[in-house]
Amino acid sequence: MSARAPFLRIEKMSMRFGGLTAVDNVSFEVSRGDIAALIGPNGAGKTTVFNCITGFYKPTSGRISMAPDGALPDPAAIDALTRSGRRHRDGLYLLERMPDHEIARAARVARTFQNIRLFAGMTALENLVVAQHQPLMRASGWSLLGLAGAPSFRHAERAAVARARDWLARIDLLARADDPAGALPYGDQRRLEIARAMCLGPQLLCLDEPAAGLNPRESADLNRLLRAIRDEFGVSILLIEHDMSVVMEISDHVVVLDYGRKIADGKPEHVRADPSVIAAYLGVPDEEVAAAEREIGA
Amino acid sequence: MAGARASVLVDALRAAAIAGGLAFPIVALRAEPDFSNKLVLEPRWSWMFAAMALAFLVRLASAFLPRRAAPAAARPRDEAAARRRGRAFAVFGLGVIFAWPFLVLVVAGPSGALKWIDNYGVQILIYVMLGWGLNIVVGLAGLLDLGYVAFYAVGAYAYALLATHYDLSFWLCLPIAGILAAFWGVLLGFPVLRLRGDYLAIVTLAFGEIIRIVLVNFSTLTNGDAGIGNFATITFFGVPFNASEGGFAAVFGLDHSPVYRLVFLYYLILALALVTNLATLRLRRLPIGRAWEALREDEIACRSLGLDTTKVKLTAFALGAMFGGFAGAFFAVRQDFVSPSSFNFIESATILAIVVLGGRGSQIGVAAAAVAIIGGSELLRELDVLKRFLGSEFDPTQYRMLLVGLAMVLMMNWRPRGFVATRAPTIALGERRAIGGDLVREGRG
Repeated sequence: MSARAPFLRIEKMSMRFGGLTAVDNVSFEVSRGDIAALIGPNGAGKTTVFNCITGFYKPTSGRISMAPDGALPDPAAIDALTRSGRRHRDGLYLLERMPDHEIARAARVARTFQNIRLFAGMTALENLVVAQHQPLMRASGWSLLGLAGAPSFRHAERAAVARARDWLARIDLLARADDPAGALPYGDQRRLEIARAMCLGPQLLCLDEPAAGLNPRESADLNRLLRAIRDEFGVSILLIEHDMSVVMEISDHVVVLDYGRKIADGKPEHVRADPSVIAAYLGVPDEEVAAAEREIGA
Repeated sequence: MAGARASVLVDALRAAAIAGGLAFPIVALRAEPDFSNKLVLEPRWSWMFAAMALAFLVRLASAFLPRRAAPAAARPRDEAAARRRGRAFAVFGLGVIFAWPFLVLVVAGPSGALKWIDNYGVQILIYVMLGWGLNIVVGLAGLLDLGYVAFYAVGAYAYALLATHYDLSFWLCLPIAGILAAFWGVLLGFPVLRLRGDYLAIVTLAFGEIIRIVLVNFSTLTNGDAGIGNFATITFFGVPFNASEGGFAAVFGLDHSPVYRLVFLYYLILALALVTNLATLRLRRLPIGRAWEALREDEIACRSLGLDTTKVKLTAFALGAMFGGFAGAFFAVRQDFVSPSSFNFIESATILAIVVLGGRGSQIGVAAAAVAIIGGSELLRELDVLKRFLGSEFDPTQYRMLLVGLAMVLMMNWRPRGFVATRAPTIALGERRAIGGDLVREGRG
């Protein structure tokens, strides 16, 4: 198994809302250890793709296969799982069949939101402890051992707090651990939301516009944080971003959407030079519009 | 400044005009039948003008009063001293609560104490317990439940029916009543927990009414409106509370009095309420409790963190219902009679008012609100003194609910988030500091 083998594959995925096709027949892959960027003009369907991968929407058609702990098997094995009607087998998951919380828990895909969704009335520390709900819930014996104050639960809770403390130190928020998340400055909230997603112990981290509203210094900090997540924790990242300096600097792989269709897919320098990407972002030259109008007789 | 004063005056005049408009048809115009039974209009203009003047003055006064208490977190204060004071108050309060029946017995004597132990002790503690139970659902998980009384009814009828038909003891029925109520909580939960906010509130309201109407109409089982009585056989660890040779008074060498049973019931409900409180305080610090609060804060974020929100909601509903069921079984043993009329919507509304007035999620606030609402409305029965000023025809009990309502309106205007608006963190690296209520969300179902 090579280090850069694909472990998330989206195949011919479409999402329609009534008559509107938000995502149209999109396919791409994310490899283990990659930082992949999903870019495109406003309304291109980027967040819809995210919501389909993380289970918040069920795609109208298409397949999303994920192998959180290894690489995707050959297509025949994925087809066999699809035919079997099951959600997962041997570490291979079909995300379009799973509810959102199961995708987070079993397929180990964590996400953040475009408009930050922290638990505003809970402290920064509490936010990170809630993210470790699954292991803590097991350790608390579905609350029975916890109610009895069992030492095994105390131990698990200490471990959870230690992990939260590590993340708070990493994002420079240790001093504000006991402050409510809603009272933190915007940039801190963005970092805290990423740390909370990381406390799930994911294999894939989906970030929806992590650099939105950050100043250049915070943006540079974010780039460092994302690289550290990939290099130290081996977590792959899929991100939506408008800030091209972030995209071009840190991503290994860029997918470009426009009007719900994929128009380019490749390395950042390759995508940057693609005429269809330039057209999507900057519009097409006037003479081409004129030629098209002549063709349809307008 | 002059402009501001003029606008306050205009505002007060407008309030007076609205009061006049309301008072004209319902106060000023009064139709009285005369001797030949014909209705004669008897205008009461003075009443109407009094209402208008009152509205004018109240509105004017309210403009000069501080409108709302400043958020607690914004005020710098000595946290350690506040905590010491809080602890001293809690110890004193618990002392009074534990000593209450004896204090009353000493002051009022065995027969005079009955009312004070029952109406001001047992009655309030039942609502404290119900408030704490509902606090799990509304305060922690942020699910608006308008039909909580249904679980109270399930608990009460579970005990009444089991004791009548199978002659089971209270101690055996208590857990069964709790389990049955939790079962109904889950049963209600499954279909309704996809709903949010107003829709959830409406369906829980309907559920509360359905349970009551079933109790009215399923008369072969429940005896309908007539209710079920004479089933409660609560004993003091096997010693019955009656006038017989083996009765409580005889065994302990005391004169027979109904007060002993009442004192026992007082400590029973106190123990049940304290168990509810301890369990809730503990659960809040367990992953399940944090999941409830996280659910109240942001359901979508919860799902992105792998929390199965349906299960989280169901556990909140089931546990809240279970405590309601325990309270119901106690209610049945205390009354020795259950009928559907005890489980009206107004009961659900009262319990919800206790939770909201106390401050959602705050245990001590809910207890204080139960004392204020239930104790306060009981206290208004005692206002016979007012007859001296307002004439012997004045019946203060008729104004009871009006005054309770008025007090709540004023209270919510003064402290819109209840007595205790802050939230205590469940875990901290350093010192636990209260979180201001302006940041804590209320949940939308």
